[in-house]
Amino acid sequence: MKGILKIAYKLLVNDKGKFAALLVGITFAVFLMVMMTSMFAGILHRSSSTVINIGAKVWVMDSAVNTTANNIPMPDYILDAIRSIDGVKYAMPLYSGAALVKLRNGVYQSVTVVGLDDTSLYGRPELIEGTIDDIYAENAFVVVKDAEFEKLGNPTRGTEFEINDHRGVIVGIARVTSSGLFGVPTLYTTYKRAIQYIPSMRYTVSFIMIEPKSSDAVPYIKKQVALLGYEALTKDEFTQKISRFYKYQTGLGINLLLMTVISFVLGLSISGQTFYTFILENLDKFGALKAIGAKGKELVYVILFQATFAALTGYGLGVGVASFLIAMAKLRLPSYAARITYANLGYAFIMVLIIAGFSGYIGIRKVLRIEPFDIFRG
Amino acid sequence: MGNVAVMAKELVKWFGEEDAKTYAVRGVSFDAHFGEMLYIVGPSGSGKTTLLSMISGILRPNKGSVVVEDKDIWSLTSDEIAEFRLSTVGFVFQDYHLFPRLTTLENVAIPLILKKLDWNESIQVAAKFLEIVGLKERAHLPPVKLSTGEQQRVAIARAIASSPDLLIFDEPTASLDGETGRRILDFVKKNILNERRCIIIVTHDNRIFEYADKIMKMSDGKIMDVEKGGSDEE
Ligand SMILES: Nc1ncnc2c1ncn2[C@@H]1O[C@H](COP(=O)(O)OP(=O)(O)O)[C@@H](O)[C@H]1O
Ligand SMILES: [Mg+2]
Repeated sequence: MKGILKIAYKLLVNDKGKFAALLVGITFAVFLMVMMTSMFAGILHRSSSTVINIGAKVWVMDSAVNTTANNIPMPDYILDAIRSIDGVKYAMPLYSGAALVKLRNGVYQSVTVVGLDDTSLYGRPELIEGTIDDIYAENAFVVVKDAEFEKLGNPTRGTEFEINDHRGVIVGIARVTSSGLFGVPTLYTTYKRAIQYIPSMRYTVSFIMIEPKSSDAVPYIKKQVALLGYEALTKDEFTQKISRFYKYQTGLGINLLLMTVISFVLGLSISGQTFYTFILENLDKFGALKAIGAKGKELVYVILFQATFAALTGYGLGVGVASFLIAMAKLRLPSYAARITYANLGYAFIMVLIIAGFSGYIGIRKVLRIEPFDIFRG
Repeated sequence: MGNVAVMAKELVKWFGEEDAKTYAVRGVSFDAHFGEMLYIVGPSGSGKTTLLSMISGILRPNKGSVVVEDKDIWSLTSDEIAEFRLSTVGFVFQDYHLFPRLTTLENVAIPLILKKLDWNESIQVAAKFLEIVGLKERAHLPPVKLSTGEQQRVAIARAIASSPDLLIFDEPTASLDGETGRRILDFVKKNILNERRCIIIVTHDNRIFEYADKIMKMSDGKIMDVEKGGSDEE
């Protein structure tokens, strides 16, 4: 068997023009699929950045809330009610809102302000400069060093600014796991200062974060929160809810899905067609092989091997090019959101196998139908 | 004359059905023997290629039987027939059907690879046969770099590489000039034919008739005449 596969390999690869065209088609399709799905994954990941960065196990919110960007404030008594639920170790409020910052050079920049519970500072970020206790100082804010950091003029500790006509000063610089989606920098401060600086409605609690006594307590907590008229979601459930929102309710998901499907169809047709042409042009050779005594099964192996070999090579190239471009793009554009996930590589791999299977199938059909007699007659 | 290699009985082949039915071969019986070079000659369209295909396991007859080395080949399964072609028959196709993307040497190795010899062994054996046809120095060129006469010899080397008992040539000299055609047939008769081998050649090139041991004349799907061939005929 190995010998005939070596022949198959040479017939494919030595036909440089066809092989190149085949690779271009598959590479292009894989590249597009990986780019599209990675962009999507990046956007979805970023859309949950607050949830990921804060890290609370259970989140309570109004059930109409779909993202962390738009929240529906809850009254304070809910916090007390939640604290008295069995199985809640502790519960802390979180404030999240938008504010306008005026930099020293007079430039305005909108920001997200996150207010942490004054006594516990639950959900605090990891600081790379300064200490967290400085957050209690007058007008103190901690800035997040993420992709949007430079929009605040690359502040250092001591940098002053105006926030909604109040004075603000940077006391620390924090690191977070995930940048946000909306292209605005994030400032952390205390809950009290946040609601004092930012005009609020009657209610101020954006989210309530619960640390359950054990994970077994979560279902009960969820039930009790529901009785209060609110929704408690685990971290994973919340990120999934956010993802679902962006996927299905914003047009974003549908568009990217369409692009992915288009790239798949494009790749399928380009490579299917090229492979078919390759088979057609070699039909008399396959017929000669058959006449000499190759069995149907062996010809099937030859074609499947050729289709699979081309598909896998194209897959490798496509993933390579996509990774390279995403890496380059991230170097130049820090806020570029693409993320290559194993799931995306898996999808592209499945698609490329479908491409190989499809191309192989049409090739096999054609080749199994050749009559050696027609080759013999010339 | 050696033992019977091929025994064809009452072979009939038609193409198409009903109104479009045309007979290509209309009841042909003959024997071919080991150690013999049998020519099938006749005008174009007389059914020579069709007959050749039926006795070599390429085309199933509508009627009649073909026994090669005591095997009734058309009673075998299609995989068995493929195996029969691979191990017993060597083909030299009219337009050679060499693989342009493989080297000359790899082309000759194909039947050996199909016989599941490993790659290196196939190449070694192929090199021997390429040497027999005098193309050792051309081994690593693609066939398109060779002259037509040389390509013909590559096709012969490929046909004999698996040491078949039955060699089949369809119009071997059609694309060769007279001198080259004669040289090749001379070579085949002297070096390829032996007591354990039967060679059947379809041709209408009378310049090579002198190499025939027996000449079977066909016309309109029937055998009209069988003559002893050879230079004494001229
Ligand atoms: N596949 C086919 N379909 C229909 N007719 C065919 C086919 N093959 C051969 N024939 C017909 O059978 C006859 C014999 O053809 P062939 O054996 O090729 O003759 P030759 O080799 O002597 O020139 C011709 O009339 C040809 O047209
Ligand atoms: Mg013919």
